[in-house]
Amino acid sequence: MGEGAHRIEVRPKGDLRDPNAASLARQILELAGVKPSDVAIVRAYNLYGELSDAEMDKLGKELFADAVSEEFSYKEPFYPDYWRIEVGFLPGMTDNEGNTAVQGVKDVLGKDVEAYTSRVYAVKAEFDDDSVLAEIAKKLLANEVIQAWRVYEPEGGAFEPYIPRVELDHAPVAEEIDLQVTDEELMRISRERTLALSLEEMREIKAHFARAAVRKEREKMGLGKGATDVELEALAQSWSEHCKHKIFNAKIDYSEEGEGVEGREESIDSIFKTYIRAATDEVRKPYVVSVFKDNGGIIRFDHENDIAVKVETHNAPSALDPYGGALTGILGVNRDVLGTGLGAKPIANVNMLCFGYLDAKDVPKGCLHPRRIAKGVIRGIEHGGNMVGIPTVNGSVVFEQCYTARPLVYAGTVGLMPHEIGGRETARKEIRPGYLAVMVGGRIGKDGIHGATFSSQQLTAGIAGSVVQIGDPITEKKVIDMVLEARDLGLFEAITDDGAGGLSSSIGELAQFSGGCEVHLEKCPLKYPGLDPWEILLSESQERMTLAVPPEKMPGIEKLAKKHDVEATAVGTFTDSGKFHILFGKSTVAYVDMHFLHEGVPQMRLKAVWKERMPMPPSRPLMQHGDALRALLASPNIASKEWVIRQYDHEVQGGSVLKPLMEGNAPSDGGVIRPVLGKNDGLVVAHGLCPRYMEDAYHMAMNAVDEGVRNAIACGAKFGYLACLDNFCWPDPIKGPKNPDGDFKLAQLVRAARGMHDAAVGYGIPIISGKDSMKNDYYAGDSKHSINPTLLVTVVGRVEDVAKIASSDFKDVGDAIYVLGTTRHEMGGSEYFKLHGGEGSGMPKVRVKENSELYAALSKAIEKGVVRSVHDMSDGGLAVAFAECAMGGKVGAEIDLSLMGRETDEDAALLFSESAGRFVVSVREKDAFKFEKMMFGTKAKKVGRVRGDKRVVLMNGNNALVNEDVFDLREAWAGGLKW
Amino acid sequence: MVKAKAIVLDGYGINCPHETAYAVRTAGGEADIRHVSEVAETPALLREYNLLVLPGGFSFGDDLGSARVLANRLRHRAGEEISEFVKGGKLVLGICNGFQALVKMGLLPVPDFTQRVTLTYNASGKFEDRWVRLAMNQKSPCVFTKGMEYIDLPVRHGEGRFIPSGKEVLEEMLGKNMIACQYISPDGKVNEYPYNPNGSVGGVAGVCDASGRIFGLMPHPEAYNHFTNHPAWTRGANRAGEGLKVFRNAVEHIGANL
Repeated sequence: MGEGAHRIEVRPKGDLRDPNAASLARQILELAGVKPSDVAIVRAYNLYGELSDAEMDKLGKELFADAVSEEFSYKEPFYPDYWRIEVGFLPGMTDNEGNTAVQGVKDVLGKDVEAYTSRVYAVKAEFDDDSVLAEIAKKLLANEVIQAWRVYEPEGGAFEPYIPRVELDHAPVAEEIDLQVTDEELMRISRERTLALSLEEMREIKAHFARAAVRKEREKMGLGKGATDVELEALAQSWSEHCKHKIFNAKIDYSEEGEGVEGREESIDSIFKTYIRAATDEVRKPYVVSVFKDNGGIIRFDHENDIAVKVETHNAPSALDPYGGALTGILGVNRDVLGTGLGAKPIANVNMLCFGYLDAKDVPKGCLHPRRIAKGVIRGIEHGGNMVGIPTVNGSVVFEQCYTARPLVYAGTVGLMPHEIGGRETARKEIRPGYLAVMVGGRIGKDGIHGATFSSQQLTAGIAGSVVQIGDPITEKKVIDMVLEARDLGLFEAITDDGAGGLSSSIGELAQFSGGCEVHLEKCPLKYPGLDPWEILLSESQERMTLAVPPEKMPGIEKLAKKHDVEATAVGTFTDSGKFHILFGKSTVAYVDMHFLHEGVPQMRLKAVWKERMPMPPSRPLMQHGDALRALLASPNIASKEWVIRQYDHEVQGGSVLKPLMEGNAPSDGGVIRPVLGKNDGLVVAHGLCPRYMEDAYHMAMNAVDEGVRNAIACGAKFGYLACLDNFCWPDPIKGPKNPDGDFKLAQLVRAARGMHDAAVGYGIPIISGKDSMKNDYYAGDSKHSINPTLLVTVVGRVEDVAKIASSDFKDVGDAIYVLGTTRHEMGGSEYFKLHGGEGSGMPKVRVKENSELYAALSKAIEKGVVRSVHDMSDGGLAVAFAECAMGGKVGAEIDLSLMGRETDEDAALLFSESAGRFVVSVREKDAFKFEKMMFGTKAKKVGRVRGDKRVVLMNGNNALVNEDVFDLREAWAGGLKW
Repeated sequence: MVKAKAIVLDGYGINCPHETAYAVRTAGGEADIRHVSEVAETPALLREYNLLVLPGGFSFGDDLGSARVLANRLRHRAGEEISEFVKGGKLVLGICNGFQALVKMGLLPVPDFTQRVTLTYNASGKFEDRWVRLAMNQKSPCVFTKGMEYIDLPVRHGEGRFIPSGKEVLEEMLGKNMIACQYISPDGKVNEYPYNPNGSVGGVAGVCDASGRIFGLMPHPEAYNHFTNHPAWTRGANRAGEGLKVFRNAVEHIGANL
């Protein structure tokens, strides 16, 4: 063999099988109705370079195959008598394993080669025709958005290397676009270039470029009368909904119509300013360091350290490529935190996932099945968190029909940063003219172009292509390591991540600190030649950060880059020219006024109309209470998520205190870690998410805040030292021909933001960061699939001494059990009503004042170490929370509901109502008096005790409503979800 | 007394160096975190240390098999110095990905750069984080597990299934008590999943060489550095960060023998 393509296949030896082969065999039987007699998975490495047989043999032995458990072949295929389906990446997709193989070959042979991986799925079965194979390839193995597949017939003997090299036969050029055209033409430009700009915005740009002063300046730079594609693309991304939050900043005329509403009318000048920022301003907490101006919010943690927090969504990409979408989501939010202030070290990940039902029969055309989405997303999060070495400390998985076509993937990161480094506040960025713009990390390719504008549009069957990409956890880890070392050495003065909008966004935003920039696109390291200037500027190729480096510090950066095996390239200079100046070689390809780029977008004017909703009452007869409890425990939203949770690392970094599952699989209300080893200070991360409460978005938002707060309190957080983040995921709230009720959805958004505000202010909790995702709709032909308005409230807080906190499980026989809070007949939107086929009205309302007193008292009692177990009540109400406490402790327990704080006598409501502000607590019998004294003035009622047997008993006076065996309940809960 | 001075490797996706260095320091040793690239470039810097620690993580993303590329790189670039390090009676500890690296570069169970055993994909087919109980082999020469009977530790891996290349290798390991610890169920027996979290042959969780000075294990002792790490700590399982004992043993051995 000489120069050219080579291939090596690897498989487990002897009896060993890839563990995934058996489950693939099962899936093939389900899909094709044919039971394969054998299924095997082969890893293939396709190499391009000068390699002899002896070298291939050496690579097989030393690099590609494990000497003990695997064997390899570089002359002929394994399983030649099977059907073989090969799956490899499309050209240009990130192939992490291939990239590692390049380094591995260099280590072993000292040679540079190209390497591309693929998988061969060998199936021994009798298929009627090869269309079945195509089905298997498409439905089970390959995601055609990112991968290619081919089928080999048995005995075909083919052993062809798969070399998906990108070859662009294209001379890069910046195109000039005439904007002095008709409205139709303007919209055609916006549509065809996927700019996602409205007519009004296009007109604004047209007018700007027609100005004499602008023309004159641009002429000097050698530019014509039209805008370059580089300029237009940069404006489109800077003005995108994703970057500018135009809906949140719009002027909204809000009114209420019809029966049962107040008839309120008002004009709201920016939801963000009116409700979100206003809440933070009103509560004025001294521990707030930086809010709303950086990639994440920053608060003080202890005397030395601050924490930075950010939660993002990655919904649209995860619908198309669940693995890559979720992976880039989590890696992206890690970089947000790394790019906050001068950089925070990621110390905790969270993720909240909303999927369609795993057993869904049909999905809209063009959508992946929820099971496939869920598994891909979970694997993406597993890789994103685990490989980068960040513990996943908190999360949830929610299942509702509305998420079938549009799953939601929330990913969050908490980072730790010293408050000061060398006397300089770490939260502050500073850029002087002359500082270098340095790109660190991955190279630029065509991947991820138009991410910012793409996520600002609805998904349509057929749209895909280059917007999807795959992250690279190891490159990100290397970048994190390098950046943090550079930070501590004071080598840069500002940093941000290259996320949506790529360099255009990162340098564009940093340039505001100095007042301009000059970027030389030809200096950017590319994955392959042939990219147009606008593509280099806009590409969202992953794992990159942009630093502002004083020129004299550049040698230090280069030294660290070498040590960490990361690329760092000065691609431009920050200036005070007032211009976003982009060059490609000697020619200017963009010359845009900084102010116009960042502030030029016209404010939207929208209409919101609120009407009363009439939720459907339950349609099925109500079950016996014990049966209902078991059914609830096995229902998707309540059933154990152990299968998911154990695939995430919750221990890495060594500070795990309250894990997602404690001994006995007791579920925790949130996560607690010790960010600083050697100290007992704890960080709490918890959240609230209740999209089932559809009746009124105002109360839904209040409930989300309350759930987040009470989860944090249950974890031992100090009441009075909390901060929260909002993430609104909404269906399109702009009325249009395809979206006739857009004005109602906008009214829901207004009300949710108002609820968020009122709860945050009521509890005295600053909102420190947030994000919105506004177009969660899917169009398949004439049918539209929209999500329920979904608000995630993430809450972070501090535990004074982690040794004092409690987990949710009941501990010892004889411990006294308390119910805290008041139970009301608030069944609307409950899991109980859903179990019976309806939504129902009368959703839970949050009484902030009543709850605040309770939370403050409970928080103190936990701090004193009096509480032995504490669990918040949410999905499924008191009965479910109580059962979880018993199941976690594997003990029986008995309570009498007639003794607790209540404003209803209806048995079902006592058991299953989801009233806010409630907990189940247990204390040692000897501490009962002490606890009651601490809770004085709140609704804390002793209702029973932990029993010596295994019965879970809920009484109402003398009447036993539920009497179940704790292990039966556990079995229902543990086996509820079939992955 | 010689002070234990550890080099804790970092870089390329190794992700537990900080808590591992913390564990060494808490146990009374000194610890420097050094990048693999520094060792590859200047292998002689190993001479400054008497304890080499390869922490957990996902070096090179577990691509081409866990720790394969890291093992090759260390062997090709620093093999001789590592050999000298071992011959000098110094200690080597590999945790999780570090254990995989020791096995794949052929430092365990016999330090002659020949791979005899492997750690491959979990029988469950997936990465898992769970706490397991380990029983220590009381006859093992392993200096790291001395004086320990059993311990609870977290496993967090997708490739931890121990497989020997043949019967002879296993017999030699048994004969020389190189199997330093095994996964057990609460009744003290080597058992099935989930007690044996990955399907390891014989429930093997950790292996040492014949001298007992090179030790690798899949579970993470550095992640049990405080009593609140244990999942049952809120139920009174209050054993103050028992994982630190592994590091204390190392520090004491170095103090007494080097």
